[in-house]
Amino acid sequence: MHIVTFTRSTPDTAAKVWVDDNGDVTWGDVATVVNPWDEYSLEETIAQAKNTGGTATVVAIGSELNNDALKHSIAMGIPIALRVDEPAVDINDSLVWTALAAGAVKKLGDVDLVIFGKESVDVATDQHTYQLARRLGWMMLSYVSKIIDVDPASGVIKVERMLEQGKQVLSGKLPAVISVMKGINEPRYPNFLGIRKAAKAQIPVWTAQDLAIDLPAAATRAVAYRNPPEREVKTEIIAGDTEEDRARLLVERLFAEKVL
Amino acid sequence: MTGFVWIESFEGRAVSASWEALAAGRTLADELGVKLAAVVYGENAREIGREAANYGADMAFYCDDNAVAEYQLEAYAALLTRLVKTHKPTFVIAVASNRARELMASCALDCESGLISDAIELRVDEGQITAARPAYAGKVLMEMSSCSPTTFVTVRARAFQPLPKDERRSAEIVAVESVAADDEISYVAEGIRAELGKVNLADAAIIVSGGRGMANNPKALPADLGGEDANVWKAKEGFANTLQPLAEALGAAVGASRAAVDAGYIPYEHQVGQTGKVVNPDLYIACGISGAIQHQAGMRGSKIIVAVNKDPEAPIFKLARYGIVGDLYEVVPALTKALRAKLS
Ligand SMILES: Cc1cc2nc3c(=O)[nH]c(=O)nc-3n(C[C@H](O)[C@H](O)[C@H](O)COP(=O)(O)OP(=O)(O)OC[C@H]3O[C@@H](n4cnc5c(N)ncnc54)[C@H](O)[C@@H]3O)c2cc1C
Ligand SMILES: Nc1ncnc2c1ncn2[C@@H]1O[C@H](COP(=O)(O)O)[C@@H](O)[C@H]1O
Repeated sequence: MHIVTFTRSTPDTAAKVWVDDNGDVTWGDVATVVNPWDEYSLEETIAQAKNTGGTATVVAIGSELNNDALKHSIAMGIPIALRVDEPAVDINDSLVWTALAAGAVKKLGDVDLVIFGKESVDVATDQHTYQLARRLGWMMLSYVSKIIDVDPASGVIKVERMLEQGKQVLSGKLPAVISVMKGINEPRYPNFLGIRKAAKAQIPVWTAQDLAIDLPAAATRAVAYRNPPEREVKTEIIAGDTEEDRARLLVERLFAEKVL
Repeated sequence: MTGFVWIESFEGRAVSASWEALAAGRTLADELGVKLAAVVYGENAREIGREAANYGADMAFYCDDNAVAEYQLEAYAALLTRLVKTHKPTFVIAVASNRARELMASCALDCESGLISDAIELRVDEGQITAARPAYAGKVLMEMSSCSPTTFVTVRARAFQPLPKDERRSAEIVAVESVAADDEISYVAEGIRAELGKVNLADAAIIVSGGRGMANNPKALPADLGGEDANVWKAKEGFANTLQPLAEALGAAVGASRAAVDAGYIPYEHQVGQTGKVVNPDLYIACGISGAIQHQAGMRGSKIIVAVNKDPEAPIFKLARYGIVGDLYEVVPALTKALRAKLS
């Protein structure tokens, strides 16, 4: 079984991010990390490839900024990494993005399963997964909290997913696209050997021409970025002689704020 | 010309946040001078369509065929896509729930249309639908516009105010037939195992959250822990018997920090933050939570934040409108008591 997983680099979640005077988003020179949600999809990809005696490939779409995430993936244990880049188009538009991603999956050829993380921690669109499934014409299973069974021989996958109202068990036919949640596994840390392998890895880059695809026109556009208004909070530390006094005072304040 | 709002329902009732999407749609429809149509599927769809009129829709398309009785991506997407291709609405809006995210994204692709997710502001700018959405954990606001004939939009829960219900408002209700979904790519679903007493964090008006501090429970350990870690036992006991009563007194949902989730004090469904849920309640009470940047990412949008922490230097106090410096195991029970007294 061949499993493909997608990942990208995102700014460290602790980084200060702001819009600079040119209107661009910046996080200074803080390093990027592999998208934290993808640690779970990378781990699941490695584990499922091993369980089924299959192989795995990790793909990033975009600039070389994403090599950090790809190298982290190799260091964790994904054997093959590649990047798709087409500077002529706006890959932030998801119609364009999915055309490139679907092109890569098709060029790889024998793919049975695509595993995504839940979302990109920075832009958090939570849309690329479904749209790739649609472009490929494959089944989509989202918010997976557990892979119960995947059997390449019979071509069936069975998972447990998390929805607002509770858990649900779903099954269907491969090939499929799934997205996985935090909690599905404990992502491993790269070991020394993995890190050394990643440092030496050459990452091939495919363009739209390599994929032999026609690119659609972008439907959306980021018009502008702005810093959100400063949130001015005046903190009142509730004072009082006893716990009861302070509790009563806080309750009064909350009633006055009309949130109760 | 029309604009669509997809009304999500569960077990025969509209998900109330859908009325927020309808209000967002109402404003856009008025700006664009188009009719607003609600799209409702499943059990009781006709009734929910009527209710949608009360909340601002000019008309409703409903389908209560067996094929769409329960949410199923394929069947739902096939029908929505057909309706969009037939009526060519200028927009399709839904509230950004798990189901709506996948449904809207799938249909947007089927219609080769633009999708803007998680909008918190919406307007028409030079004829194009333009939205502001938070990015980088709310550190930046991103403005996006779409140039396709139909624009799909998901709106963040609690970002738009629903219109007041007006029973006198009625609308034309139109039945539509389901579309056969592609069997090859349809999944088979076993029923949802709803978790007892579960409140949806994203829709909650009040949230009470516990963090790693929950482990400092003074309650004596039982003689037999049954193999459980002492901290886990203490924290679980605290969530159940200290935090839960406060949540019940307030009609609140229970949240948690990642530290509490990762330590096994409470299931992941409760996690608030960058790798948990993003919430924006009217009132957020953080107990024994330090207020790390990734936790803030999930709750910074709350209207009023209250922090209970024994460390006066904890970063959460910088965010809080009200703070109590003290041991949560003393403060929370006192708060629960004071609330009950005031509310009774
Ligand atoms: C990629 C990434 C993603 C992350 N995503 C999230 C996320 O989604 N959500 C999230 O919450 N975190 C997230 N984190 C983790 C985050 O950085 C913090 O580690 C975490 O939020 C800390 O949780 P805490 O406040 O409960 O614990 P601590 O930071 O340990 O704070 C515990 C607090 O409890 C107080 N306390 C202790 N005992 C008591 C008592 N008896 N009474 C009152 N106060 C007491 C202490 O003074 C302290 O302030 C993420 C981190 C990373 C790297
Ligand atoms: N440019 C990209 N390259 C590879 N994977 C991506 C890219 N953008 C998003 N993803 C993945 O798609 C999933 C959903 O992300 P999103 O739809 O961006 O919130 C995440 O697991 C991301 O890692």
